[in-house]
Amino acid sequence: MRAVAGIGLLTLGVLLVLVAAIGLVRLPDAFQRMHAATKAGTLGTTLIVGGALVLGDVTPVTGALTILFLLLTLPTGAQLLGRAAYVAGEPLVGLVGDDPLDGVLERDAGGDREG
Amino acid sequence: MSAMALPMVAAMLAVPLCAALALAGWRMVRGPGTADRFVAFDMLTAVATGFAALTAIATGRSGFLDIGLGIALINFVATAAFALFLERKGDGR
Repeated sequence: MRAVAGIGLLTLGVLLVLVAAIGLVRLPDAFQRMHAATKAGTLGTTLIVGGALVLGDVTPVTGALTILFLLLTLPTGAQLLGRAAYVAGEPLVGLVGDDPLDGVLERDAGGDREG
Repeated sequence: MSAMALPMVAAMLAVPLCAALALAGWRMVRGPGTADRFVAFDMLTAVATGFAALTAIATGRSGFLDIGLGIALINFVATAAFALFLERKGDGR
């Protein structure tokens, strides 16, 4: 029973990571790629480590710490990266309506700046 | 399911993870902007953490989970540093 649950978690996690990687290749701009890689990637990696915790005869402390750390840091890092990419003037493809960050963050027009 | 089958399960699960690794690597090589490469790097380290966990199952050594924790740590520091770099440098090309 425990083995079935663990293998199920692992399979789900691996499939989610695969979906994230497919999104990383197929989506049109950096922000949408970040969206795929962060959400699906975080959940997938967390599920893989969780499956390893359920399956293996390991001390749960390291695994639990890894899961906690992944859940805390991957979204935080992606937020930092997304903000930096916006400020750096990465193109926004398929934007519907106005840019809500227009005037909130200073945005580089794209490549015409010194240093 | 006996404990004997676990290495084989881990090996079978490593195949789609290898595909994810290849796709993320393609984005890393191709990616038109700097931000795309950083996102691909993020994804590559996530896949590496998954590989560490799978290896821990396949070999039965819990030490590989520590490697996963270390990779996750390095990933955060590297992403934060890359974001600072990108924000300071401007110019996403």
